[in-house]
Amino acid sequence: MQALTNRSKVVSDKKMTFMERIYIPAILKGMSITIRHFFRKKISINYPEQTREFSKVYRGQHVLKRDDEGRERCTACGLCAVACPAEAITMIAGERKPGEENLYREEKYAEVYTINMLRCIFCGDCEDACPKEAIFLTDRIVVSQYERSSFIYGKDILVEPLDQSLRIDISARQTEKVLNFKQDKRFAHNK
Amino acid sequence: MDLTLYIYKTIFLFIILLVTLVVAMYSTYGERKVAAFMQDRRGPNRAGPFGLLQPIADGVKMFMKEEIIPLSANKKLFILGPSIAMTTAMLTGVVIPWGGIITIAGREFSMQIADLNIGILYVFAMVSIGVYGIMIGGWASNNKYALLGSIRAASQMISYELAMGLSIVGLILTTGSLSLNEIVAQQHGMHWNVFYQPLGFLIFLVCAFAETNRAPFDLPECETELIGGYHTEYSSMKLGFYLFAEYINMFISSAVIATLYFGGYNMPFIDQIGLSPNMVTLLGTFFFFMKIFFFIFLFMWIRWTLPRFRYDQLMNLGWKKLMPLAIFNIMATGAYYYFTELT
Repeated sequence: MQALTNRSKVVSDKKMTFMERIYIPAILKGMSITIRHFFRKKISINYPEQTREFSKVYRGQHVLKRDDEGRERCTACGLCAVACPAEAITMIAGERKPGEENLYREEKYAEVYTINMLRCIFCGDCEDACPKEAIFLTDRIVVSQYERSSFIYGKDILVEPLDQSLRIDISARQTEKVLNFKQDKRFAHNK
Repeated sequence: MDLTLYIYKTIFLFIILLVTLVVAMYSTYGERKVAAFMQDRRGPNRAGPFGLLQPIADGVKMFMKEEIIPLSANKKLFILGPSIAMTTAMLTGVVIPWGGIITIAGREFSMQIADLNIGILYVFAMVSIGVYGIMIGGWASNNKYALLGSIRAASQMISYELAMGLSIVGLILTTGSLSLNEIVAQQHGMHWNVFYQPLGFLIFLVCAFAETNRAPFDLPECETELIGGYHTEYSSMKLGFYLFAEYINMFISSAVIATLYFGGYNMPFIDQIGLSPNMVTLLGTFFFFMKIFFFIFLFMWIRWTLPRFRYDQLMNLGWKKLMPLAIFNIMATGAYYYFTELT
């Protein structure tokens, strides 16, 4: 039979030579290997004190962005919910009343917006689908909870704070290139 | 014996007991650290600085655990097993000379609890009884795996103990004494027995690994095949005693190896430095412990390097290789002394 790779070794039950039979050279060789590992620098990260550096485009907990004037960008179009392969996103749309122009950017907004973090697979399709640049995945970790119900994140957790200094930075994910790609008419998503 | 000597011996006995326990305790920590380092990990580092309180946490855990004695087990023997293992492990330390002679207020005290003139035989006797702890414990558990473990312990003992005893005969031919104190005294000034008995040392070392049930000869307690072997049914501090006895045995074996072959508390160039006799004794003890720690490290180093021997391989090694080699060693040593004494 022809070998598929050249890595296979032919097994033989040949008699061991004298040097092999007295074991000692092989034992010393093994010991030299282990002692070299003994003094090697350890690559483990001491977790609670140190944390591994995240990728710039890490896909963690979502954020619902506000625009520069502090108005919610989301218009409850539902494209994210449609795009979501895990069906984690649900929303109820509401109509903006007079006097709320400083809260919502357009006349329709999401009254309720929830993401079930147990269903979410952090694929980022919601972000791709969003035409208003409202939802983004960030480098924040979704923390563990004791109850299933506490994993259903509402607007209170998802919408970023009003305070300019507390806004969530998503510049690593929303680069010029990404914006251009999203608006490119040649691709199916913009036809 | 007068009263001062009694008091001194009692205090010294407690010190040795304490040192043995502490060293054994920190051997468990050392073992985990060495294992981790050799596997490119960090090892225990959460309890206290560098994880130094880990053995205490483990000990507390062992005490807190529920103690289970199986219904079908022979209760008396089940308790007797770990007791024998622990007791015999602790008993061996009394004949080892931990240091030279220390002078307090004009009186000379030996840093050895009992200078038996048959010290080596005593060590061997105690070590051989230690195997009974494993055998009784494994049999009393009334469990297949435990029984297999004790059978392995018994057969392992008969295959290595012979070679071990014979390897010592060569040493006794060179020293002409069975007293450990005498043997150490003879090795003063770099006349270490390892230079005179290299083959005997090698055989003794291999047998010491088998005697302490440590890898590559940890057949009685292999986790993968026997689910822990003889201590499968044990829980709580009884299990702790078995594990602890193993570390004490390792410490004592290292001490015996250092005593018999590496000059005990003798250190090179000690006469040339010109220190006071008490300082020399203390320094010698320190040096003795350094040797012991090196051998403990060697035990661990080997454990995390080599895979376990198979049952038949151990038999082969014991009967067909180590024993003929040991007999050859005796013959060669005997012939050497016969012909050199003659001329």
